[in-house]
Amino acid sequence: MNPRLPITKTPKCYVGGAFIRSESGRVTPLHDASGAFFANIPQCTRKDLRNAVEAAAKSGSGWAKRSAYNRGQIIYRLAEMIEARSAEMIEALQVGGQPSARAKTEVAATVDRLIHYAGWTDKYEQLLGNVNPVSSPHFNFTVTEPTGIVGVLAPEDAPLLALVSLIAPAITSGNTVVALASTSQPYPSIALGEMLATSDLPGGVVNLLTGFRAELLPTFATHAHIRAISGVANADERKAIKLAAADSVKRVHLLKTEETHDWFADSAQGLYEIRDLVEFKTTWHPIGA
Amino acid sequence: MAAKTHKRQNSRATARPSVAQPRKSSRELIFGDLWEFDPAPETADPKLKPRYDLFINGEFTAPKSGKYFPTINPATEQKIADIALASPADVDTAYQAAQRAFDSVWGKMPGRERGKYIYRIARLLQDHAREFAIAETMNGGKPIKESRDFDVPMAAAHFFYHAGWADKLEYVAPGRSVKPLGVVGQVIPWNFPLLMMAWKIAPALAMGNCVVIKPAETTSITALKFGEILQEAGLPPGVVNIVSGAGETGAAVMNHPLAAKVAFTGSTEVGKIIMRSLAGTDKKMTMELGGKAANIVFDDAPLDQAVEGIVNGIFFNQGHVCCAGSRLLVQEGVAEAVLAKLKNRIKVLRVGDPLDKNTDVGAINSKEQLGKIRELVDSGVKEGAELYQSPCRLPAKGFFFKPSVFSNVTMSHRIAREEIFGPVLSVLTFRTVDEAIEKANNTPYGLSAGVWTDKGSRILKMSVELKAGVVWANTYNKFDPTSPFGGYKESGFGREGGRQGLLDYGKLI
Repeated sequence: MNPRLPITKTPKCYVGGAFIRSESGRVTPLHDASGAFFANIPQCTRKDLRNAVEAAAKSGSGWAKRSAYNRGQIIYRLAEMIEARSAEMIEALQVGGQPSARAKTEVAATVDRLIHYAGWTDKYEQLLGNVNPVSSPHFNFTVTEPTGIVGVLAPEDAPLLALVSLIAPAITSGNTVVALASTSQPYPSIALGEMLATSDLPGGVVNLLTGFRAELLPTFATHAHIRAISGVANADERKAIKLAAADSVKRVHLLKTEETHDWFADSAQGLYEIRDLVEFKTTWHPIGA
Repeated sequence: MAAKTHKRQNSRATARPSVAQPRKSSRELIFGDLWEFDPAPETADPKLKPRYDLFINGEFTAPKSGKYFPTINPATEQKIADIALASPADVDTAYQAAQRAFDSVWGKMPGRERGKYIYRIARLLQDHAREFAIAETMNGGKPIKESRDFDVPMAAAHFFYHAGWADKLEYVAPGRSVKPLGVVGQVIPWNFPLLMMAWKIAPALAMGNCVVIKPAETTSITALKFGEILQEAGLPPGVVNIVSGAGETGAAVMNHPLAAKVAFTGSTEVGKIIMRSLAGTDKKMTMELGGKAANIVFDDAPLDQAVEGIVNGIFFNQGHVCCAGSRLLVQEGVAEAVLAKLKNRIKVLRVGDPLDKNTDVGAINSKEQLGKIRELVDSGVKEGAELYQSPCRLPAKGFFFKPSVFSNVTMSHRIAREEIFGPVLSVLTFRTVDEAIEKANNTPYGLSAGVWTDKGSRILKMSVELKAGVVWANTYNKFDPTSPFGGYKESGFGREGGRQGLLDYGKLI
């Protein structure tokens, strides 16, 4: 008997709730830690990015209008999906050369991070917003609203945990995300897309692209519908992004590549990561008969 | 308000013959030229100096270049004083002083003590309120009733509110501690010179920062007069430095390497230039930029109140307001009635001497701004909108512009898209709630919006749907130190006022 030939998976990006190849047809071969060919990764283009922004825009108002309770349950569900498939995710991380113990820790931390944000959906508003005691006879209150479409630029290290740590605070408050995965270790983002697809998160809320960073960054910075950029970048990238982002008065929140970030620490999560990606709206109404 | 005086003349009121729609048949006061107001000029002494120097390190200091520029009264075009022109070298001296003050005194001072200085500033500003109001009106052209009843008291209120925060900073950011940033550079506009200064300085000081601030070129007097208040308050030298000048001075303030943060209020165009110039730095920024607010009137709104709100929304401070309700969206069924009421109301606005206590609309801030307003109004006429202007007589001297309303405006007209920053209203109509939302949000700006309706659930829906940082429902142009103000989209980012605005002046630790 011939041995059974295994079926290999064609990695596809998760955009608009569907799995896509790059419109360009371009791929980049990915090799595993031993140097053997593993798979071809889509090399997304500016056009793929624009399509992803369109998908994010379509799903935006629906996601923002979900109740806080509902958003919390969906993010919790995503954690459940990753926990249940953690063996697969650990393997995905090992493709990039991570030792299995470290991969295991990263997957566990990712699940915990999502649980952390799942609990924030119906609480951050009570801490960030408030009623303002104005001196005139008006009822005056300030609430937050999601900024809109957030461009996420993941760092090269912690390719799953850092990516999720950047996406989670954005979607907690109802933003939608177009994220660019680690260039050197893109495979975990492919696996994450498959778990997102089964998480009840509406298609288009999180869109994951793989590709060359240098090729895509300018479009992230200039696309007028992307309202905020969140991620990690080096000095040249930060300058280029901020220069181009000024044209549409984008909110830019970038950590520095040259500084070390402990994505595993509790300090890498919390209320102020959410605050960076919301707008404050103040409403006035007279108090009278 | 002029209207209050008129109410006493009810016997002269004549009801118009009733027409088809009941709203139009409501009684209306017709004044014509039945009587004249006697002039009622404010005469208190604003205690001005013929020449104002830079306020650096607690002292009034001559500019290194020895250069001064004249500042005028836009209502008379007469020179009021000479203002020192700060060069980049003066700005550098100011930053050095601010950094020294931060390192040696202000950054280390217990919040309790810092707060007491800020309370002192609030109190002294109240003591000198009248002279500041007159100086503000003389230099900026705004009616004395606004500077006296709004700008100056509100400026004092901002200091009073923020003073109390100085020893309570552990409550600003739940779960985290905050620290001051260091020295902050601030550039403010000419529309609310003293008030914008208060908005900028008060939270910065409460958080423990030191300040280098540049007032607008045309309105430096109250800013530099404020230096006298700081001296009287005994504020340690260098904590606040005031450098007057034009664009070059502003660029030096924004780009100085010692600035840990910059805060800017002004046009979106200049805001973007600043953002680009700071792209290679780690400076924090707050940007409060332009607007093209929609003021939306639904057919169930109390129309008389709405008309007062529309007038306040666009003619307050001659329309030199970034959050001015410059696009009026009226539901079709009441459009005719609203326009008729609006025209009647505009007729009785008193335009003229800003120092007169009865004046409703004062002088345009500068010749340059008057030119911009005229250019945009001309474009409105050329593009086919219908212009109505108050029949008022304008003074022979000074920069004045008649309160103006454009009807038959479409979304593609420049007057519906560009910020005019003058007493010019563009009226558009809509049929449905969705259309109102679509039109209101169809702009790169997102600073403010107004909604007029009797329906509570509709107010809350509109408040959610309007992409604007401030929504005024059944009111307009209301401000308070406790209430965060700032924009969405290209109207900027960061907030001023309230707990949210205060946190923008600190760093989390």
